[in-house]
Amino acid sequence: MRETPRTNNPTQPEFWRSPLRGIRLTSVLGVVLLAGITLVTVTGLLSYAAYNPNLSPVNDKTPDKGLLGFYLFDWPTDPHWLYRLNQGLHVTVGIALIPVLLAKLWSVVPKLFALPPARSLGHALERISLLLLVGGVLFVFLTGVLNVQLEYVFPGSFYPLHFYGSWVFLGAFVVHVALRLPKALRVLRDRHTPDNDDESGDADGDKGGDKGDELVSPRPAEPTLSRRGALGMVGGGSLLLLATTAGQNFDGPLRRTALFAPHGGDEPGSGPNGFQINKTAAARGIRPVDTGAAWRLTLSGPRGDDIRLSRDDLLDLALHSAALPIACVEGWSTSDQWWRGVRLRDLAALAGFDPDRAAPDVLVDSLQLSGAFRRAALRDNQVRDARSLLALQVNGEDLSLDHGYPARIIVPAAPGVLNTKWVSRLDFGELR
Amino acid sequence: MTSRVYGFMSRLSGEAAHRFRRWYGEGPYQLLLLLASFALAGYAGVRLLDGDWPMITVWFVGAALVHDLVLVPLYALADRALRAVAGGAGRRRRPWVNFVRVPAFLSGLLLLVWFPLITGQVERYEPVTGLSADVFLARWLLVSAALFAGSGLWLLVRRRRSATKGRPSQVH
Repeated sequence: MRETPRTNNPTQPEFWRSPLRGIRLTSVLGVVLLAGITLVTVTGLLSYAAYNPNLSPVNDKTPDKGLLGFYLFDWPTDPHWLYRLNQGLHVTVGIALIPVLLAKLWSVVPKLFALPPARSLGHALERISLLLLVGGVLFVFLTGVLNVQLEYVFPGSFYPLHFYGSWVFLGAFVVHVALRLPKALRVLRDRHTPDNDDESGDADGDKGGDKGDELVSPRPAEPTLSRRGALGMVGGGSLLLLATTAGQNFDGPLRRTALFAPHGGDEPGSGPNGFQINKTAAARGIRPVDTGAAWRLTLSGPRGDDIRLSRDDLLDLALHSAALPIACVEGWSTSDQWWRGVRLRDLAALAGFDPDRAAPDVLVDSLQLSGAFRRAALRDNQVRDARSLLALQVNGEDLSLDHGYPARIIVPAAPGVLNTKWVSRLDFGELR
Repeated sequence: MTSRVYGFMSRLSGEAAHRFRRWYGEGPYQLLLLLASFALAGYAGVRLLDGDWPMITVWFVGAALVHDLVLVPLYALADRALRAVAGGAGRRRRPWVNFVRVPAFLSGLLLLVWFPLITGQVERYEPVTGLSADVFLARWLLVSAALFAGSGLWLLVRRRRSATKGRPSQVH
């Protein structure tokens, strides 16, 4: 070992001494990341569609998205757990991928320091693309991880940062996969790829660094952990994160397994209203005087005159039940709760829409004075669904103030923020 | 793939392709992909930066720099310190390194991911969710303790087993 020179210079390959580095390790991690990031990307794009951003400006936190909204479609109401599953996967898998991502970046870090900075114009462009790749993936994971912990320290609103940051990352990601996947698959298919051979492969620069394994240390330290052991450690980290996060999508004992997830552990209360709360009434500035006997729901529609209904008026209408979850963009959800209230389509009929013809869209106003979704729009398919309610009760009891008393929206498969609490007004009509 | 495109190109017009590669350093396939990706990054990037663009740039570039220049050296140093403490060379002389390394890695990973909640700095957490924010630090300490204790126990069992296995051979 002593023949190779010692160095404190990270631009020298001899500086990097871990015997674990090598193209096999990087390839395994890369292929796992490819699968994981694909899943997180698809669920992320679906989550964006679930907000129905094209329906109304109030739903659209990225109004200048332009072509990036090319794939948007009317978000369905079936199956009713669609958003719960989608967002649970997006956040939980994203968190479980973190150790794989960090290990992958660690496995290639010598390349970051390699000199010369660029061997050719082509190499220089690729390194710029790698900055977008690495900066992008860290930016997107960081904003996501901070957002689910309600730590809004990032410079701006979460939605545009995470959405546009993802697109910057995705462009670089697709290029990286296209340029590197064939080689990674070749390495993985060929079981005999030597782990520690060929230190000189990169010497003749015009091969673009593709020949030989430049990731292998020319001066490896004494091994204390096998590559298999290292992969096991990374996988163990993923499993630990998975096991301590996934439970926040279930109730009871399973939620208690989510030791570190923001909505893991205990429920915020007991009894029929004792399930998870996204934003409490106090946090949203809802005063008891606004929700007391003087509260009225205002309905407007083609009839012209606004209709004002008290809570007792609503309770005198035909009440229906629906078992639906609360599912938050932050990746937590409850199991189905038993909601009871007035169907949105019945309220649309009251506002003057012929129930036998197509249902209208609706613009929902909340009493809350702050919050990005104090106004939200629901599409006609959501209004039409028999399970879409203006809920007055849950699990056999009146709604608690924190769950939206006097009345809240509950719509199958919709993101939690569209299930407006403390509803004050419903404007039925064609939104677009 | 690059070489396949290159092969096709060279049959088509060997001289031009060769000159392109000598000038550019990579195949044309790579250039086209990169240009498409830069166009997309530009389209999304101007929208990303529409706001507090200096800070957003700092976050985007800083995420990569902090990772590469702070986090990676930090855990490399921690690992080197661990190996130094374990002392000696050769796998046999320090069989317990991984019994510290693995629980330390797992504990550090939890801290890294859930840093805001564990350090209790998310002021809005309690008023907004109606949940207690005090639980996370205690849980992290307990889980870390369990990881290290479990690892220690495993090491103990292994030592015992290898000791009982070792004894008869010593008699021989």
